[in-house]
Amino acid sequence: MPSNLSHISVALVGNPNSGKSTLFNSMTGLHQKTGNYAGVTVDKHYGSYKHKNQEFKVTDLPGTYSLYPKSLDEEVACRALLSVDEKIDVVVIVADASNLKRHLLLATQLIDLKMSCVLALNMIDEAAKNNTVIYYEELEKLIDIPVIPINSRSKDGIQELKEAITRAKISDTVFYNFEKQKQLFPQIDSYQTLIQLALDKKKEQSHAIKEFELNDNLHRFSKINYMVAKCIKQPEKLNKNLTQKLDTFFTHKVFGFAFFFLVLFVIFQFIFYVAEYPMTWIEEGFAYLMNTVAVSLPKGQLSDLLVNGVLAGISGIVVFVPQIALLFFFIAILEDTGYMARASFILDKVMRKFGLNGKSVIPMISSVACAVPSIMSTRTITNWKDRMITILVTPLISCSARLPVYTLLISMMFARDKSTGILNYQGLVLMGIYLLGFGAALFAALILKKVLKTTEKSYFIMELPVYRKPQWQTVAMLVFDKVKVFLFDAGKIILAISIVLWFLTSHSPGDAFEKLESNAVAINLSEADLNAQKLEASYAGILGKKMEPVIKPLGFDWKIGIALITSFAAREVFVGTMATIYSSGDSENTETLREKLIAEKNFETQLPAYSSAVCWSLMIFYVFAMQCMSTLATTYRETKHWKWPAIQLVFMTGLAYLSSLLVYNILN
Amino acid sequence: MQTLDTLALGQSATIKEFTDDFLSLKFIEMGCLPGEKIKLSNIAPFGDPIAIEVSGYVLSLRKQEAATIVVKLNPENTIESCAI
Repeated sequence: MPSNLSHISVALVGNPNSGKSTLFNSMTGLHQKTGNYAGVTVDKHYGSYKHKNQEFKVTDLPGTYSLYPKSLDEEVACRALLSVDEKIDVVVIVADASNLKRHLLLATQLIDLKMSCVLALNMIDEAAKNNTVIYYEELEKLIDIPVIPINSRSKDGIQELKEAITRAKISDTVFYNFEKQKQLFPQIDSYQTLIQLALDKKKEQSHAIKEFELNDNLHRFSKINYMVAKCIKQPEKLNKNLTQKLDTFFTHKVFGFAFFFLVLFVIFQFIFYVAEYPMTWIEEGFAYLMNTVAVSLPKGQLSDLLVNGVLAGISGIVVFVPQIALLFFFIAILEDTGYMARASFILDKVMRKFGLNGKSVIPMISSVACAVPSIMSTRTITNWKDRMITILVTPLISCSARLPVYTLLISMMFARDKSTGILNYQGLVLMGIYLLGFGAALFAALILKKVLKTTEKSYFIMELPVYRKPQWQTVAMLVFDKVKVFLFDAGKIILAISIVLWFLTSHSPGDAFEKLESNAVAINLSEADLNAQKLEASYAGILGKKMEPVIKPLGFDWKIGIALITSFAAREVFVGTMATIYSSGDSENTETLREKLIAEKNFETQLPAYSSAVCWSLMIFYVFAMQCMSTLATTYRETKHWKWPAIQLVFMTGLAYLSSLLVYNILN
Repeated sequence: MQTLDTLALGQSATIKEFTDDFLSLKFIEMGCLPGEKIKLSNIAPFGDPIAIEVSGYVLSLRKQEAATIVVKLNPENTIESCAI
């Protein structure tokens, strides 16, 4: 092993559920970071530790079952192993001691790469509980690399592992099917070159590689069976009583679903209602900060930019943190305990019909609160196509930001309607609107299932891991990571758009604002009326008027046009903008706004401007339209391609336009 | 020729061969090898997917995927089913 380097680079490699992440946390503590592998949306976890004055850099590679990748995550892990740019000095093979046979497949493949390796046998406590006895020295002799029993949860054996890493070695044992290689690829001289060839995925070789993979793995397992027979004493019957009992409950046709709905209910309560409190504190805190800055700085362009552009933008980003943190807190627990796999198991058949996956359920339900954390949570869906469909359709589900818009419009429609009776119309309409959003999402998923093309084969061959207690450190790390990624990655896009929107609403061509201001002083105009006039004269106002011919068929005028532009920041801004336009003052007090809107007459016809046709049309528009820059920024962050947010924007807004057009023309 | 998807809950069998090339590669790396003993341990509430015990752990798969695994019922099943 090289020891004169400035640092030694260590990679943790293992099957999913081998306890790799927990080991990574135990080894590096808080010295860790999360990044992204170039061009793909797979998280890269790396950190460092010191051992005997030597610096070690650790990378936690995505879990993989073998070196012949079957998914994007696995491919990333394999490429990282063979990378020339970021050379790995030592590979720590993490294997589950309680399920060693399957885990040894990857271990023997890694040994054949002729890299310096150490085998960390994790979960020795569970193996002991199963009455499994492992003869480590015997195993060490057979595979010719250091073998260290560890328990990453209790941190037993971590020091020994760190010590063993310094004496990691290239094994002299060879496991791969050399004969088959000579026969299929006579020109290739090493296993490493062969794996590289498999990764390059050249069409003309794909058949030979598949044949080699089949033979190679069968060959390996025959050697592994021999090793397992020599080194492991295992009871015939597996002692997995607790997991079996819990499975009978969690996958039961009544209790299983009841429990799943209870989980959804709790998550929903937290991200919908509990998150409300910290969100209000954040908003109030920022309002206070903006006020203080506005007062203490000299009035002018710069302070306006700082307060209403930058600070308002940051406030709009930070306000998402409670929902993201809470949702990932629950998701991390569900994943860590092993429950998530069971939820997918019981829901797969229903979701499959819509081109979705059992794991799409939690993102979709969560999007009733907000699409931003939901889209971020689709990472748990390993199948590319299923994940894309979930990301694309999730924003169609009515989120909490649409609620103020719906409430205003519904109260306007039924303001004159006294016939409440037993049934509350307003509540019924609201429910109908939510169902419409759900229906649209499922329908869009069905269409996307047919349209989206993928080379990745869809299958649902998944391990149901043993139930384990959640690791709070792992949970905290995930929550922290997700919040950070959102703040700094999606955040910068959101901030940029907020500044553009600020400019559009607070600037006018020429000196229109100055004229309005001096005129307001002359005729003693109220501030609310002046603000309404200024908004009309601003770039946003001009855009709104320019848009009028396009949105007129939907029953919208230029005033709604302005609100459509500003509410691109977040849908609830619609209400605030309408309040400004109608100079009803306080945007919190929607009662005045509602009365003003109801009293508004159409300029040409002198009929009420907000007829029920207009209200319905506007409401349907908000059900479908992609009126949310934060969602678009998150989709970009999670797909690493502008194509996907662009598709979302075009198809959702198109759907909104056509539906509103239809609704308005039928009702009018 | 019996395939895995036709097993009843609790029945055990031995894997004989695979009928799908791509899926066979996946199954093998998941420890489902020809000659390996399996047991149908769970069926999802809507009848699909199913879960099997194999090589010391539990694996879930869809019925259409299970249909590509050819199995042979283990002799102990006949004794058990007689008892029932």
